[in-house]
Amino acid sequence: MQDVRDALYVGQRSDGTLTRRPMSPHLQVYRFRLSMFLSIANRAAGVAAAGGSALGLCWISAAAKGPKSFKKVQKVTGNPLGQMLMAGWALALVYHFVAGLRHLAWDSGYRFSKKEINEDGPVAVGVTVGTTLALVSGIVGVAICRSRKKAS
Amino acid sequence: MSNPKKPHVTVMRSQLSRARGLGSGQAGVGHWWAERASAVALVPLSGWFVIQVFRLAGASQPEVAKWGARPFNTTMMLSLVILTFYHTQLGLQVIIDDYVHGKAHLPAGLLMKGIVFLLGLFGAVSVLKLALAGSSRSTIAAG
Repeated sequence: MQDVRDALYVGQRSDGTLTRRPMSPHLQVYRFRLSMFLSIANRAAGVAAAGGSALGLCWISAAAKGPKSFKKVQKVTGNPLGQMLMAGWALALVYHFVAGLRHLAWDSGYRFSKKEINEDGPVAVGVTVGTTLALVSGIVGVAICRSRKKAS
Repeated sequence: MSNPKKPHVTVMRSQLSRARGLGSGQAGVGHWWAERASAVALVPLSGWFVIQVFRLAGASQPEVAKWGARPFNTTMMLSLVILTFYHTQLGLQVIIDDYVHGKAHLPAGLLMKGIVFLLGLFGAVSVLKLALAGSSRSTIAAG
């Protein structure tokens, strides 16, 4: 089937010849708003969180496989590059979580006016950054303490 | 869309006349609710998982195996894995619906569903293996 949008994109000039009507202006003509960034960021964070979860399966499957495989995964989780990846995963998960809670509130009819959405945007950013930093530093701290205890 | 240089009329009916009288698509509300319901369920499950990550940070394989062998942890992990990948599939379907048009739409959706299904199944099997095989191995080691 042809794209149905074609039907309304083709118009006639006064001399009868066909012409394509202009498309509606897209992203570049709008002034940047935080809400539009947060909207697409939620989608991107969802995809990133899914990719990270797929990688996270390596951890549980290695634990199921045995100590040897688990050591390999620990090499990745101990590596700064792997830790950066995991921090990015945490950021994506936390933001998708926060934005998801906002969506659930909107779906229930709360905080959905333009004024409220603009008020909540910066709060969502703050909560996301704060929670991610607290989680990442907390987990890294606990892991370091535990491995030190084992070593001693 | 097909040829932007040469305008031609391919469809003589407007979207409104095509849609009129057909009723709703019937399936959209179910998808919407499934997305919300799985999201709500993932809120407490994620919270539980964060606590477990704190408990397991820096843990060795035997410690993780011991943790994974507890029935409660297995249940929670299994729910978490299944719901995470179910929610992933629902979300990625919306993205495909938004950005993939025409003939590629159906195969893209099926491919995505296949990949996400296999990933979710892999996670579920891993959790079960950790739960079922891990406990017997530790008893063998102990005995």
